[in-house]
Amino acid sequence: MHAESILRKPLVTGGKTVHDVSEDICKRVEDAPPMSWLLAIAVSLGVFTIGAYAVWRTLWDGIGMWGLNKTVGWAWDITNFVWWVGIGHAGTLISAILLLFRQRWRMSINRAAEAMTIFAVICAAMFPVLHMGRPWLGFYWALPLPNTFGSLWVNFNSPLLWDVFAISTYFSVSLVFWYIGLIPDFATIRDRATNKVSKAIYGALSFGWDGAAKTWSRYETVALVLAGLATPLVLSVHTIVSFDFATSVIPGWHTTIFPPYFVAGAIFSGFAMVLTLLLITRKVYKLEDYITIQHIELMNIVIIITGSIVGVAYITELFIAWYSGVEAEQYAFLNRVSGPYWWAYWSMMTCNVISPQLFWVKKIRTNLTATFIITIIVNIGMWFERFVIIVTSLHRDYLPSSWAMFYPSWADVGVYLFTFGLFFTAYLLFSKFFPVINMAEVKSIIKSTGEKIKA
Amino acid sequence: MSETKKTYWKGLEQLTNNPEFVKNSEGEFPEFLPISGDEENGPNRRDFLKVMGFGVAAASLAACEAPVRKAIPYLNKPVDVDPSVPNYYASTFISGSDYCSVVVKTREGRPIKVEGNTMSPVSGGGTSAQVEASVLSLYDEQRLQTPMINGSASTWDEVDSAVTKQLGSLGGRLVVVSNSVFSPSTQKALDLFLTKYNAEHVQYDQVSFHGMLAANEKSFGTRAIPFYDFSKAKTIVSFDADFLGGWLNHTLFNKQFAETRRLSDKKKDMSRLYSFESNLSLTGANADYRTPIRPSQEGLFVANLYNLIAAKAGAPAISAAKVDSPRLTMAAEDLWKSKASSLVVSGSNDEAVQAIVNGINNLLGAYGETIDWSATYNTRKGDDAKMAKLVNDVSKGSVTGVIFYNCNPVYDHAMGAQLGEALGSLKFSLSTSDRLDETSASVGIIAPDHHYLESWNDAEPVKGHLSLSQPTISNLFNTRQAQSSFLTWADEEADYFEFVKSNWAEWYFANQSEQADLQMFWDQCLHDGVYTVPSEEVAESPVFAGDLNAAASSVSGTYSADGSGTELILYANASVSNGIQANNPWLQEMSDPITKACWDNYLTVSPSYASEIGLNPGDMTTQKVNVSVGGKTVSVPALIQPGQARGTVGLALGYGRTKAGKVANGVGANAYPMADYSKGYQNLKLVGVTVENTGESYRVAQTQTSQTVMQRGNVIQETVLSKYQDNPYEGREMPQIYTSEGFKKPGAITLWSGHEYPNHHWGMAIDLNSCTGCGACTIACQAENNIPVVGKQEVLNRREMTWLRIDRYYSSNTDLVENAVGALAKNAAMEVAADNPEVTFQPMMCQQCNNAPCETVCPVAATTHSSEGLNQMTYNRCIGTRYCANNCPYKVRRFNWFKYHDNSEFADNTSMNNDLGKMVLNPDVTVRARGVMEKCTFCVQRVQAGKLQAKREGRRPVDGEITSACSKACPSEAIVFGDLKNKESRVAQLLKLQSNDEGEVEVGEPRAYHVLEEIRVDPNVWYFTKIRNKEKTEA
Repeated sequence: MHAESILRKPLVTGGKTVHDVSEDICKRVEDAPPMSWLLAIAVSLGVFTIGAYAVWRTLWDGIGMWGLNKTVGWAWDITNFVWWVGIGHAGTLISAILLLFRQRWRMSINRAAEAMTIFAVICAAMFPVLHMGRPWLGFYWALPLPNTFGSLWVNFNSPLLWDVFAISTYFSVSLVFWYIGLIPDFATIRDRATNKVSKAIYGALSFGWDGAAKTWSRYETVALVLAGLATPLVLSVHTIVSFDFATSVIPGWHTTIFPPYFVAGAIFSGFAMVLTLLLITRKVYKLEDYITIQHIELMNIVIIITGSIVGVAYITELFIAWYSGVEAEQYAFLNRVSGPYWWAYWSMMTCNVISPQLFWVKKIRTNLTATFIITIIVNIGMWFERFVIIVTSLHRDYLPSSWAMFYPSWADVGVYLFTFGLFFTAYLLFSKFFPVINMAEVKSIIKSTGEKIKA
Repeated sequence: MSETKKTYWKGLEQLTNNPEFVKNSEGEFPEFLPISGDEENGPNRRDFLKVMGFGVAAASLAACEAPVRKAIPYLNKPVDVDPSVPNYYASTFISGSDYCSVVVKTREGRPIKVEGNTMSPVSGGGTSAQVEASVLSLYDEQRLQTPMINGSASTWDEVDSAVTKQLGSLGGRLVVVSNSVFSPSTQKALDLFLTKYNAEHVQYDQVSFHGMLAANEKSFGTRAIPFYDFSKAKTIVSFDADFLGGWLNHTLFNKQFAETRRLSDKKKDMSRLYSFESNLSLTGANADYRTPIRPSQEGLFVANLYNLIAAKAGAPAISAAKVDSPRLTMAAEDLWKSKASSLVVSGSNDEAVQAIVNGINNLLGAYGETIDWSATYNTRKGDDAKMAKLVNDVSKGSVTGVIFYNCNPVYDHAMGAQLGEALGSLKFSLSTSDRLDETSASVGIIAPDHHYLESWNDAEPVKGHLSLSQPTISNLFNTRQAQSSFLTWADEEADYFEFVKSNWAEWYFANQSEQADLQMFWDQCLHDGVYTVPSEEVAESPVFAGDLNAAASSVSGTYSADGSGTELILYANASVSNGIQANNPWLQEMSDPITKACWDNYLTVSPSYASEIGLNPGDMTTQKVNVSVGGKTVSVPALIQPGQARGTVGLALGYGRTKAGKVANGVGANAYPMADYSKGYQNLKLVGVTVENTGESYRVAQTQTSQTVMQRGNVIQETVLSKYQDNPYEGREMPQIYTSEGFKKPGAITLWSGHEYPNHHWGMAIDLNSCTGCGACTIACQAENNIPVVGKQEVLNRREMTWLRIDRYYSSNTDLVENAVGALAKNAAMEVAADNPEVTFQPMMCQQCNNAPCETVCPVAATTHSSEGLNQMTYNRCIGTRYCANNCPYKVRRFNWFKYHDNSEFADNTSMNNDLGKMVLNPDVTVRARGVMEKCTFCVQRVQAGKLQAKREGRRPVDGEITSACSKACPSEAIVFGDLKNKESRVAQLLKLQSNDEGEVEVGEPRAYHVLEEIRVDPNVWYFTKIRNKEKTEA
């Protein structure tokens, strides 16, 4: 049994009992969907449909629908891909790494964070497929499958292939981890269910959970094993994504600092997105007693740390470009600072380096509105970071003759919207039909850190 | 169990124990099994299985229906036509007044590629963009498919009877209008026609050489243009004669000029080119010293040069206002130093200026050396005065009938509008145009001529140098060779082939002694495509007898030392040129070598002029301006052009077609009407021009928007001649990479294990000194490799598909760079081109890297390395991630953003979107699907074809027989392709390949360098440093 100091602040406030937990969380699932939810999902589906049209045109007419050109071969597609993958880092980090470190404050946020991870990775995975010239072939040719084309085999030297493995592994482990965590809660809903349909559905989803001590023991063992598996994946996914750039010869991409820099950036943006979503969920679902100011403050501290790492990385890049003495490398970074895309660079700097520093002030990091605004700014900044890395490095590389500008087309925007529609639709469905807080785990800390006990 | 001696027989055989049983019992299976095949005893079990298997497979295969559509075999296979084996025929490109001797490649009876004829002394074996593109013009859907009478389709019989009837009762003046006719047989056919109907013949050229012809007539008594030999010239001074761009016979001039620019350790001297011009032309871009001048100063510059030379030669000076130009003084010094090895040329159409130029060349003794009067050009004969008079006569009604023989003066003559209006009132009007163009649209009868690739013809572009045209395909439409038409109407035998042949028998066969048999002679000429009339006596150079004082006073009256106001210079560019082939999408999408713009003509303005008129240029955005001169106004976009002389603006001819066809109609504005005829000749240099910025935003598509090379020595390595002579490594930038063992060459450290090249190793050497940037190679590449045309909007989207591009770099404005403080300001300053920049052209294609960065990053191994050093692209395997293109440091990979074939959205891509156009496609090259990457292959299909040919003949490929399309097209032979493993090959010789102590092959040529050597992708393309013949102090 984990012992905790009486001096520590309670993790669950409001004098919640175990029964209160079940009531608070399950009621959302059992009640008829509120108007606000219906409105939100209608908007999400609307965005999704508009985006789907852009996806359709891209698939039907070709990648030419986007603003890419002979010089800039990747822009919004891979920017969005890296951005979504980055966002998909927080969930597994919270549930796996914080589990291993026995950070129990994770318990009330890990469910939503993991769900967000999964939806973000699905959104991210759209882009490697959509950005292909021939996705109808590429989606399986990129896999090391035996084929009928002779002795053809994938190229294991290519970082894109590493991506395929990294993302798919991360996605499957995260999905399993998330689902296993959901099983006892599904069982709770099943047991409370009054109509046959939900009983049957949640019964099936709960895999016949019986709540026996042995079942609980196995459940915890699996969770621990998966946490162990997921932990290196959290670090590896973005490391490998960064290899797409780091192993190339393009100035601005060919940088050894990329793996840690990308991982820090990913956690940075992931936590920001978790906060953005949880602040809304907490407010709408009245979960203030479970997701407390303390949670928000702790997450904001993670944001300060990772944001500062990212800031140091930006400055290191500039220093190394100067120190390298390589003309093209120096030009690439000076061009970021003062070239045609200076506004993207300075947006990135402002959003990612300066804005999180505000969290040093306790008043700001415990203020919900400020947190909400800054987390959105952070994610805008992180989008720009990827845009800066991809587009400003490509648009002016070695030979000045091929320098070109990139202008996004409506389809670029549309495909990005498509993933937003997809993400929010999925998240809204999740928040309505799945328990947004891990009841089983939270119940386990009611006794030790609940307000009633401590008081 | 007790022991028992009982024996249990296995059968009666054992009991009897006969010998057969004993033998069989030794084997594992005593009974006979048909395990091993027994050939004598017929089919065994295995045979049965084989037959069975085959039967099942055959039965199931037979069930699959192979979708073979319209693959009709030859009923009687022509003896020379083998499927998939190309045939080559020598022929002659004639378009307007332009000429080129060519070899036409045909596949299964379709001409698919035009290449230069190396046997021709007139065109030199190279081609130009127009020549390369002409094969697509053959398959132009907009060509007329039948003759027409009064706007409706007709038959040849009807046309013939209508023509003879109408001409028989014409009863007035009949005039035949054409561009310069330099085909002797055509001229004879025309003469027969002219005599029959007592008609006149008026010739004009789109860009007139009237001034030169008239001046030569006065100076030498011959109205002709002499043969120039730039290869003998040590000093060349050009006054706006763009002899590398479009002037007279630029394919040959490119070759000759390049000969003087080539450098090696054996020849360390080169020519010096001075250029005095207003627009930045290809010649100016290749000049060692380029001086921007106003057209209104041109005559005085020429006169002053005469005086400078005359002072040295002790000849009397002519009276002309003095112009103060140190460059002119320098040019005079150099000219005088090289004396007869000098050449002064002028593009002026002013007779007086040309007379003085003749005077200069005469003082220098150039006649008989660099200028040869024994061979004169027949390709420019146009008489401006006659043509202008004709137009006026037609308007006045004093002409009753006009025949337009393959010309389109309503469009490409300044008085075209006037002519067009009067055409309707003519009693008889006929055109032989191949399309319903601006002129033929308003004539009564159209008797469409064959395309040159469907025609028999001959040509005498230069006196004594003949060439033949032969049809490479049967006429696609119901057209008829115009010469046959003329012969028919003249009541002569209409078979033009027999006509040409009998002419040749009479004119040339009879006057030679090499061949005794006419057929042999004819076959030889037809095979070679060219024939040179043997000349016994060396013709004396005619004596110069020009009246220089009269010329000088005329010049003084016309020109002034310091002009004011705006002057407009009309020019023909290197792509669309004079506009005859404007409906050819390859030419429309070819970016201008200088401006890098396509699909438009535009007013070129100097940066300072741009700010004067308040131009607000952006990334390919600009504004339209109204250019007015002599009461005529056109509205065109303005484009900033470094090097444009102050106070001048330039505008290309050849655009603004209204009836050329779907591709060309509405592209740009027609500048021909602005030409001035007030002085009796075509004047393309206009004064008193007003330019007014309309503020209307407009986008000009450019394939390259950056102006300078940003002083990157790893891209362009250059120096000046004197420094090169001292140290052949001068100008080279040799990167060193720091390792734990000190500095090393990039080649010395590598992560790669290298490739084995057991048989061939293809490589390329490109001499930046020979490349003049003309762009013929880019169109050759387009034709050879089925490269799609994407249209203006897609070029604006930066998605042109060219595999080979020519990078054009201007030198930076050094003042700005030196005065810039800080790295950021320096970078910004480097982007700005100098006011009068040095220009470098760099052909850039896939560098076929030995350590190719594209190969490692492809997830599906669609781009791989061949055992011959080629970086090969497997389109069928490509899934289109574009990672390879991103990781290409040379940015030479091209992606199929859309489906460019069979797609009405890309109707301008005529070679892939209509059945007729598709006939031009090279069947050896895949038409790429949407979503795959493509790039230069080093013409792998030509490499394979050459290897196969050699293999079939049981020998090694000979150097030179395998070459890329670009290298073949290059008129200046700047691109050399070959096998690096063949020590005798030209490329290996040029690179001076030698083995070092460790057995590695090293490049010994000091000038040869790799672009971006420091990233060690180890390309198979080498560039040779650009060397300018400038004084050391001006480097």
